[in-house]
Amino acid sequence: MALLTCENLSLGYDGSAVLSHLCFSVCAGDYLCIVGENGSGKSTLMKTILRLQPPLHGRIVTGDGLRANEIGYLPQQTVVQRDFPASVREIVLSGCLNRCGSRPFFNREEKKLAQENMEQMGIAALAGHCYRDLSGGQQQRVLLARALCATRKLLLLDEPVAGLDPKAAADMYAQIWRLNREQGITIMMISHDMAAALRYASHILHVGEPLFFGTKAAYLNSEAGKLYTAGTEEASL
Amino acid sequence: MMEMLRLYVSYPFVRYALIVGVLIALCSSLLGVTLVLKRFSFIGDGLSHVAFGAIAIASVLNVSNEMMLVLPVTVACAILLLKTGQNAKSQGDAAIAMLSVGALALGYLLLNIFSASANLTGDVCSTLFGSTSILTLTQGEVWLCAVLSVMVIAIFLLFYNRIFAVTFDENFAKATGLHADAYNLMIAVITAVIIVLAMNLVGSLLISALVIFPALSAMRVFKNFKAVTLCAAVLSVCCALLGLLVSILAGTPVGSTIVAVDIAAFALFAVLGFVLKRMQR
Ligand SMILES: Nc1ncnc2c1ncn2[C@@H]1O[C@H](COP(=O)(O)OP(=O)(O)O)[C@@H](O)[C@H]1O
Ligand SMILES: [Mg+2]
Repeated sequence: MALLTCENLSLGYDGSAVLSHLCFSVCAGDYLCIVGENGSGKSTLMKTILRLQPPLHGRIVTGDGLRANEIGYLPQQTVVQRDFPASVREIVLSGCLNRCGSRPFFNREEKKLAQENMEQMGIAALAGHCYRDLSGGQQQRVLLARALCATRKLLLLDEPVAGLDPKAAADMYAQIWRLNREQGITIMMISHDMAAALRYASHILHVGEPLFFGTKAAYLNSEAGKLYTAGTEEASL
Repeated sequence: MMEMLRLYVSYPFVRYALIVGVLIALCSSLLGVTLVLKRFSFIGDGLSHVAFGAIAIASVLNVSNEMMLVLPVTVACAILLLKTGQNAKSQGDAAIAMLSVGALALGYLLLNIFSASANLTGDVCSTLFGSTSILTLTQGEVWLCAVLSVMVIAIFLLFYNRIFAVTFDENFAKATGLHADAYNLMIAVITAVIIVLAMNLVGSLLISALVIFPALSAMRVFKNFKAVTLCAAVLSVCCALLGLLVSILAGTPVGSTIVAVDIAAFALFAVLGFVLKRMQR
């Protein structure tokens, strides 16, 4: 049984479809990269999978007992009010909330987890700082740390390295790779970084024309893959 | 002056007023931070006018305990406003304006036509600005106020982390399995309860001040949610206490005196925030 299956899924806004007839499935332990042009509906797909908006047609089936509170999510844009008073620690810790069940407060393990994730994202020194005073890249790391806290089975990332410096981006990829390898966490990542996508992913979903879903090897031999990866190293190997 | 104060405090109704005032100020400031940040404060403003309309109906119908009617009506309107606000297609803010102005106008009209009171203008004025009502609370009303405020405070404490998550990033909260809609509903219902409570203290036109000012003042100086919430709570209680004492001693209207103190505190915190910012550079 796959962790997540999209059956003939159509999605969009106000009844008009952005993407239609999508069929793919993600198994536990997969590392799926979603690629495609701007505006092709990648973020919309993620929001639909997370049930933030209803599908226009078709359905999304979850398997392996996957529950919403086992999913971590890094949105592409977080509209945070300009003057929102929140410290880095408060935000990262809020990612642990889906572990609490009906417990009103965080326990020691959850606080430790938040601390570890802050350290791994290199923002432990900023823990007491106000989120709105950070740079764009630092804010991205805070939201990543929060997403890591929320993740137990599945992690959805919408352009996670956008705005990160090269070192932070490399750290991030390494971190996600470790989660996938060592803890068996399933990854779904939207990315425009084809080199990294081809390096880490086990499967590729290419949205837009032509639509493609399959393993990385199959992608490199497909029409969509040949068009899209022209110029990156792996393609020419 | 201390003598006079001691004399006043020895009256039970003054003690009731102080206790209820402090509890109400505490409740409204706790939720104020969330309401301001979620841009729900306009819902609060609309609801206070609805509550006025409900009070008018209650007094026309001669309901003995007004809160028993006003509370459910206001809660129902809060849920209604939340639903229309979430529906992107409808014009949420126009709906709120319509409801609140409509309730105000019809409430006054009803009072004018049906009220048997000799001092109608005085009654209306005290409902709008809360001139003396806090000092004339019956013991039953005091108990109801106290129980409701304690409940609001308890709920806020128990759900503090969830309220933060829903306020900061509703989509993330939803995506990771939190019942954000349920918490929004909870916040709306609590807001309605607070507004009905606060009406006793400052009257329906001044409620927003009680909700908004402490939160905005605290946000000038503090930059994390916990500190802002704590500061808003302490500030609100201090302002309410000071305002109540001044109004008792000087004979000024309770509601506007408290709001005046809140405004003064806001000015103070704005200056403080400015100075702190300068010092960091
Ligand atoms: N909130 C929205 N309402 C209506 N249309 C939207 C909304 N968000 C995105 N769209 C449209 O949906 C399409 C896909 O957007 P998106 O999923 O963000 O693309 P991607 O993430 O692949 O760049 C775009 O054409 C965009 O104009
Ligand atoms: Mg996108």
